[in-house]
Amino acid sequence: MKEMSKIVRNVTNLVYGFIIIFGFYIIAHGHLTPGGGFQGGAVVASAFALLLISYGQLNAKKFLNINIFSLLESCGLTMFIVVAFLGLGTTFFYNFLANSGSWFGNMVIPGINPGDMNTAGVLPLMNIAVGLEVFAGLGIIVLLMADGAEFTKKKENS
Amino acid sequence: MKKIIFGIAFIVFFSFLVISAINMRPFGLPTFSEMDDYFIENAQSEAGANNVVTSIVFDYRGFDTLGEATVLFTTIVGIVALFRRITK
Amino acid sequence: MIGNFPYIAVIIFIGLGIYTLMFKRNLIKIAIGICLIENGVNLFLITLGFRKGAVAPIYTLAPSGQSMVLPTPQALTLTSIVIGIATTALILSIAMMIYKHYGTIEVNEVRRLRG
Repeated sequence: MKEMSKIVRNVTNLVYGFIIIFGFYIIAHGHLTPGGGFQGGAVVASAFALLLISYGQLNAKKFLNINIFSLLESCGLTMFIVVAFLGLGTTFFYNFLANSGSWFGNMVIPGINPGDMNTAGVLPLMNIAVGLEVFAGLGIIVLLMADGAEFTKKKENS
Repeated sequence: MKKIIFGIAFIVFFSFLVISAINMRPFGLPTFSEMDDYFIENAQSEAGANNVVTSIVFDYRGFDTLGEATVLFTTIVGIVALFRRITK
Repeated sequence: MIGNFPYIAVIIFIGLGIYTLMFKRNLIKIAIGICLIENGVNLFLITLGFRKGAVAPIYTLAPSGQSMVLPTPQALTLTSIVIGIATTALILSIAMMIYKHYGTIEVNEVRRLRG
């Protein structure tokens, strides 16, 4: 896959950082505003697709490493299962941090309020774990299909 | 000959869809909503989140989310196994 | 009957998806047909949970004094969208591998099992 022109590469260099930070904002505020793990993970993966298109597949293989993405995806799913097992004193998937005094445990004013970030117990941890898994997984899919397209095209020229 | 049989089957199937879409209940009046009224009332005090949809996805029905994360992981394992090159 | 317009949009999606699945021969067009059927079903799930004159089910800075939409179909549609992504990625990868092995992508010509 050939790389694109100089204008496209310069605009990509300016923009891709803002897209990644916007995706992490959607993941982290999942318990207050619309969004959460799956939506934010898809937005971050679109930044990696932008980098892959504008730099070409041979250049993008130098700074997007598949082994790091594979490690991040496994860590995300493991963290999700460990957080689910921690509340096993009462039941599986019990929200043991909500309405207690500790980390992420404030009480919520009932009714309509401007949101408080320190509430909602286990939910932000699960949002971060699922967001990590989704963006690493979609990044792996995009990189592998671009690599495979190069490999399957050589047969018709030979 | 095969095209005619496919065409008749498709027209029969599409007529079922059209009849059911015209006779659906009116748009905007759900009939059974006791469970959702309980979720809207009690999600702020029990789960402690302002977003009712996220508290359903991760707290009240977290087991479905575990199944979905497993399906996504298994699909990615399948795609990696499909694109592997055996080097001699 | 004009109030039932979302249901007519759903049957247009599903009808077009079934048409491309039955009458087209290219594997990429069949994958597009499967994706159309999944999008139609997701739209149907969301339109089942609507209340007239209600707002989104979120308490942060919501307009006061109004009822809320049912939140459960929206939670189940999230799961369905992610499974749709996984299915589409897998069928496109299998189509790429069929092209590498047989040299063609028409469904009629890859039918005979060769060595």
